[in-house]
Amino acid sequence: MVRTAQVFSYGKVCDHPAISGKPALQMSGVSHRYPGLDHDVLDNVSVTVEPGERVALVGPNGAGKSTLIKLALGLEQLQQGAISVYGNRASTCRHRVAVIPQRSTVDWKFPVTVEQVVMMGRYVHLGWLKRPQKQDYEAVDEALGRMEIDSLRHRQVGELSGGQQQRVMLARTLAHDADLLLLDEPLNHVDIATQELMFHVIEKLCEAGKTAIISTHDLGVLKVHFSRALFLDRRVIADGPVEEVLTPEVVARAYGFRFHKDKDLTPWLNG
Amino acid sequence: MAEWLSWLGEPLSYGFIVRGLIAGLLASVAGATLSAFVVWRGMAFAGDAIAHSFLPGFVVASLFGFSLFFGAVGAAIVAVIGIGLISRHGALREDTAIGVMFSGLFALGILLLSKIASYQDLNHILFGNILGVSRSDLVMMTIVVALIFGFVILFYKELLVTSFDPAHSVAIGLSPELMRYGLLGAIALTTVVGAQIVGVVLIVALLVTPAAAASLLSRRLGRVVALSIAFSMTATIAGFYVSYYLDFASGPSIVLSLTLIFVISWIVSRLGRFGSRRGVRSHGATGTTDDATSQMTSPAE
Repeated sequence: MVRTAQVFSYGKVCDHPAISGKPALQMSGVSHRYPGLDHDVLDNVSVTVEPGERVALVGPNGAGKSTLIKLALGLEQLQQGAISVYGNRASTCRHRVAVIPQRSTVDWKFPVTVEQVVMMGRYVHLGWLKRPQKQDYEAVDEALGRMEIDSLRHRQVGELSGGQQQRVMLARTLAHDADLLLLDEPLNHVDIATQELMFHVIEKLCEAGKTAIISTHDLGVLKVHFSRALFLDRRVIADGPVEEVLTPEVVARAYGFRFHKDKDLTPWLNG
Repeated sequence: MAEWLSWLGEPLSYGFIVRGLIAGLLASVAGATLSAFVVWRGMAFAGDAIAHSFLPGFVVASLFGFSLFFGAVGAAIVAVIGIGLISRHGALREDTAIGVMFSGLFALGILLLSKIASYQDLNHILFGNILGVSRSDLVMMTIVVALIFGFVILFYKELLVTSFDPAHSVAIGLSPELMRYGLLGAIALTTVVGAQIVGVVLIVALLVTPAAAASLLSRRLGRVVALSIAFSMTATIAGFYVSYYLDFASGPSIVLSLTLIFVISWIVSRLGRFGSRRGVRSHGATGTTDDATSQMTSPAE
């Protein structure tokens, strides 16, 4: 159902201090269960992410990675526990959190151009009834340039390759100019050039104090591109600097023992 | 030339026929404005269901002599509550719930018609009566068209983002459900207006066919909307004259004209694709290399 708070938080000016000393994301004792399921998809999860961190969210399908991201955004109703973004509820300041959702939740066939999609990152600053202004077009231009997709700006997103589409989504996130970035499996169907560009851009953002939480199945990228890994399988399996937590034991616990027995993990673990 | 003009002008010398034509144009504009979103968001079934489920409301309204609008509101409330209850907590998919409610309400409407009203009424409500438009109907229709136009223009960017990426909408504090209800409300208003023109059964044509035809010719949303409106108005005028001179029912004449436009668009789009196939090769080549890279890097193989 539509709640009145949802109607009014769209485009609301954010007056939270940019630097508050508070964690970018704090979850404590969060449990979640979908209706009709007999088990919790998240079970008593507590995580604190500080500004500037690049956190990989790792775990098998159904481990609760997407649910964690949705809860942080307020896409799912919080059932148990507490979540804060820079010390506040995420819904009180939409400017500060951006998401790249899983590809399957986006309607790629809907006729919009690359430029229109990137402009959607500016909507949060516009709100109801306002048209994009000069600074919004400038932000879009800059985002397109950073993702090297200037030449695609008038193309339909549905016509692009998977890698190009993901560049468009990250460009939208850049235009949004959020402080906390939540990316749900952004590397699926992405070519190597796009992947490296995405990580380069994210690294620059995080050096400037922004925070990124990225769910992935690709263990190979952890050591190179992340400062921290959070292994999740409904509960937190391991959490810490990548070198410390990326061990065969942790991977086996997160993904189950069958994986451990049948596969040689060394190629992944060495990055 | 003069003969032509008198041929075109003859029906327009009657006030009630002019009103009918204006009403037809208003209804076609209302439907066409929404049709791009109905088509691209996959709401054709919902639109059809809304129109059908209004039938008992229309019957009761015309029976007791109050405005069709209030009858539609009553039926809409029953339908929405029913659909909400059935599909609650994901027990059944929403389209299933819509199917159950819409056929049930439509059957109830038919039953009421056959027991209470005369066959003539049945015909008008099911298939429209373009010549029965009153002055007050016209005023109401103008207001409805203005509302729908305003809705699409004022909330264009919100309609875009909630259609393309609902998760991003929620993240920026914009509820996709809110826009969905807004669109459903606009579709319901169009149904009330269009029922008079093409009838409850064929109304979905005004909501789907214009953008279906336009989407074959363009992929720019703004252009699709503009083309839809042009197609729909053309079809209404064509259908109107066909109906006048050949003594056909107005609703089916308009809808068949629209269908004809769709068929022409389809043929044009086929021919266009065939003609440009050779020219597009060099363009497609970049896409191929990109695909190759992404295949190369697909994980764990």
